[in-house]
Amino acid sequence: MNFQMSEEQQMLADSARNFVRDHSDVEKHRQNKKLAPLDQTTWQQFAELGWLAVPFDEKHGGLGLGVTETMVLLETLGEGLIMAPYIASVVFGGGFLRRAPATVQDEHIPALVEGRLQMAFAAEEYERVFSLANTALRAEPGDNGLVLNGTKACVLNGDQADLLVVLARSAGEPGVTDGLSLMLVPADAPGVERLAHRTVDGRQGAEIRFRDVHVPADALIGDLHRGHDVARAVLQEGLLAISAECVGSLSVLLDQTVEYSKTRKQFGVPIGSFQTLQHRMVDMFIHMEQTRSLLLAATLKYAAGHADAASAVHALKAQLGRGGRRIVQEAIQIHGGMGMTDELGVGHYAKRVTAADGMFGNADRQLMAMAGAS
Amino acid sequence: MDLQIPESEKSFRDEVRTFLDENLTDGIRRAGKRVTSVFSPVEEVMAWQKILHKQGWAAPHWPEAYGGTGWSVNQRAIFAEELVRAETPPLVPMGLQMCGPCLIGYGTDAQKAEYLPKILSGEHFWCQGYSEPGSGSDLASLKTFAEKDGDDYIVNGTKIWTTYAHHANRMFALVRTRKDGKPQQGITFLLLDMDSPGITVEPIVGLDEVPEQCQVWFDNVRVPRANRVGEENDGWTVAKYLLMFERGGQEYAPGLQVLLEKIRVMARKQQVANGFLSDDPVWQHRMAALEADILALAFTEKRIKSALSSGKDPGALASMTKILGTELLQRATELRIETLGSQALLWQPQALVPGDEQPVIGPEYALTGMPHYLNSRACSIYGGSNEVQRGIIAKAVLGL
Repeated sequence: MNFQMSEEQQMLADSARNFVRDHSDVEKHRQNKKLAPLDQTTWQQFAELGWLAVPFDEKHGGLGLGVTETMVLLETLGEGLIMAPYIASVVFGGGFLRRAPATVQDEHIPALVEGRLQMAFAAEEYERVFSLANTALRAEPGDNGLVLNGTKACVLNGDQADLLVVLARSAGEPGVTDGLSLMLVPADAPGVERLAHRTVDGRQGAEIRFRDVHVPADALIGDLHRGHDVARAVLQEGLLAISAECVGSLSVLLDQTVEYSKTRKQFGVPIGSFQTLQHRMVDMFIHMEQTRSLLLAATLKYAAGHADAASAVHALKAQLGRGGRRIVQEAIQIHGGMGMTDELGVGHYAKRVTAADGMFGNADRQLMAMAGAS
Repeated sequence: MDLQIPESEKSFRDEVRTFLDENLTDGIRRAGKRVTSVFSPVEEVMAWQKILHKQGWAAPHWPEAYGGTGWSVNQRAIFAEELVRAETPPLVPMGLQMCGPCLIGYGTDAQKAEYLPKILSGEHFWCQGYSEPGSGSDLASLKTFAEKDGDDYIVNGTKIWTTYAHHANRMFALVRTRKDGKPQQGITFLLLDMDSPGITVEPIVGLDEVPEQCQVWFDNVRVPRANRVGEENDGWTVAKYLLMFERGGQEYAPGLQVLLEKIRVMARKQQVANGFLSDDPVWQHRMAALEADILALAFTEKRIKSALSSGKDPGALASMTKILGTELLQRATELRIETLGSQALLWQPQALVPGDEQPVIGPEYALTGMPHYLNSRACSIYGGSNEVQRGIIAKAVLGL
C-alpha cells in the first residue's frame, strides 16, 4: 500500500494547480447568467497541457494513464471550479470510445485528445429515477441497424457535444439490465433535436429528442442488448470523476469557512471563537476527510480491479450526497447572509456539490445500489 | 381536551374558501405557485393585497380600529391556512407584519393616521433597515448614525440584507443616536422616505440569481424628527417588539403540509424499476420522518394558538417555532430536490419571473425545486439566525 503520488501524478497535480491559480472560474460563474458557447481557448489549453490525453492509449496520442491520474487532475480542477466539460467529454465520452471497436477508436480518439471533439453521455430520462436498468428510451430494429425514438434529459454538455453516446433500451422492459444498448449518434444526425439549458452549477446541458433517428449497426458500443456492463464500467469512472472534482470544491468550502470564522467579528469576537460553530466546523472537517478516504478507496480499488470496487464507488457518491451536503449547508450558514450571495465564491462551490448529488442517482439510490451490489 | 371544531369555524373556513375562489385571478395564482421564497413577485402580490384590502382582510391581526378584522386567534389561523392552501403569494411582510404593528404599539396619532392606511392599501411599500455589514447577529452593534440638526436628523451609514429596498418607497430603520453607554441604549427607530436625497440602493443577487436583497447607503440623508417612532435612544424597545412579530408571528406547519403534498404528487410520477418512487420504502421512510416532525410542529403551533386564545403568554414555544419551521422547510425543500433527481439540475430562473415566461424545459413542477431549496438556506440566517435563537432559548428558557 502506498498513498504517495508517483512522479507523473505529481506533475499532473502541479500543472492543474498552476492552471487553477491563474484561471479560477469563480468569476465566470458570477458573470455567466445566460447560455454561452464553449470556451474554446480553455479547451485548447487543456489539450496543450495533455489533460485531454490522460486516459487514452499512446497509439491515439494518449498518455496511457488511469482513473488515479484522472482523480488527481479533477480534484485540483474542482478547487478552481472549472467549468470546462472535461467529465462529459473525456471521462464519459472518452470512456465509451475506449471500449468501442478499433475503427471507431481510430476515428474519434485523436480528435478528442486534440480538443476537436466534444462528447456527452445521454443517459437520464424525465420522470425516471436514474439507474441503468431503468432506461426506457426505445431502440427498435431498423434498416441495417437501429431506430431511436424518445427523449433524454439533462444531458451534461449535450448542448455542445458533436458526438453523443446514447443509452437505449433495445429489448425488454425498464427494470432489467438485459436489453440495453449503447450507440454513438452524431448530434447533427437527422431527427435529433436539442434544447439547451443551463444547469444549477453554472454548466450547461440539453434535453435531447430523438425522432426516428437511424443508427447504423457499426455505431454500437458493445454488443446489441448487452450494453449494461460497459455502461456500468464507464458510469463508475464518471462517478469517480464527479466525486474527485467535488472533493476539490468541498476542500475550498471548508477552508473558506474556517478562514471567514476567524475574521468575521460579532459581539466583539471572531465568530470562530464560539464553541457551537467550532464543533460544527470540526464536523465539516471530519466529513471532508471521510470523503477523501472514500475517494481514495474507490479509486484505488477500481484501478486495481477489486471485486468490491463498485460498492466503494457507491459509498463514495453517497458520502458526497450526505457528508458533502452537510459541508455545503454549514458553509453557507456560517457565512451568514454573505453565503447566500452570488458575489461570494461559497455559493458557487455549494451549487457544484449540490448538483453532483442529483447526477446519476442521489445518496439514497447509491446506498440502495450498494446494498444490492455485494 | 378534544379536537372538535366549532360549527362557526367551519362556516368561516367556507366563507374564506369561497372568497378565494371568486377573487384570485389567474395571474396571482400563477405567481403564487411559482414563489420560491418568503418574498413574492412584487406586482402580483401587491395586486393581491389590493383585493384583500378591498374586502377588509389585508391585516387581520391588526386591531379593528386601525383596519383589522376583529377575528379570533383561530379565525386568523384558518384564514392564514386557507391562503397557504390556495397557494396565494404570501403578502410582503415589512409593512403589514412589521412596521404596522410597531406604529400601532409606539407611533404617535399623527404617524398612525399617516402611515397605517397606506400600509393597508399598499401605497407605501416598506423595507426594513436593520442589519449592517458589521452587525448581523449582533444587531445592537449597528453604526449607521443619525445626528440631530434642528428639527431633523442627518443620517449617514449603510444597511444590508434590506429585502426589496429597490421596490420600496419607505424604510423603517434602526440608527445610532448616541455612541456612549450600552449599545442597545443609543438606538433610535426612524421612518425614512426612500426618495430622500442621499439614499442609494444597490440590489444583491442571491444564489437563486434573484436580486431580492439590497444594500442601502445613506449620505447626509435628512429625516424630520416627526418621523421618529418612540423616544430618542429607545428604539431598541420598538425593535424588540418588532422582532417578536418577525420571530413568532407566523405559522409554518400549514405551508409545510402543502409542500409535502406537492412532493408526494411528484414522487407518484417518478418511475423506479418496479413502480414509482412513492412506493419505494427508502423514499417513504424519509417522507414519513419529515411528516412526523411537521405534525409535531403543527400541534406545537396549535398549543401556541390555544395559549394566545386564552390570553396566556406562549413563551418558549414561540421561540421554538422559528427554529423548527425554518429547519423543516429546509428539509422539505431538500426532499423535493432529491425526489426530482437530475430534473432539479435544470436551471431556468427566468421562467419564474412573471410576465417574462419562457418555454419550460422538463416537467414544469421541477422548475421551483432548486431555487426554493437554495433560497430557503437563508431562513436559518435571517430574522435572528438559528444560532441566536438557540442562544435565546438556552438563556431565557433553560436558564443556562
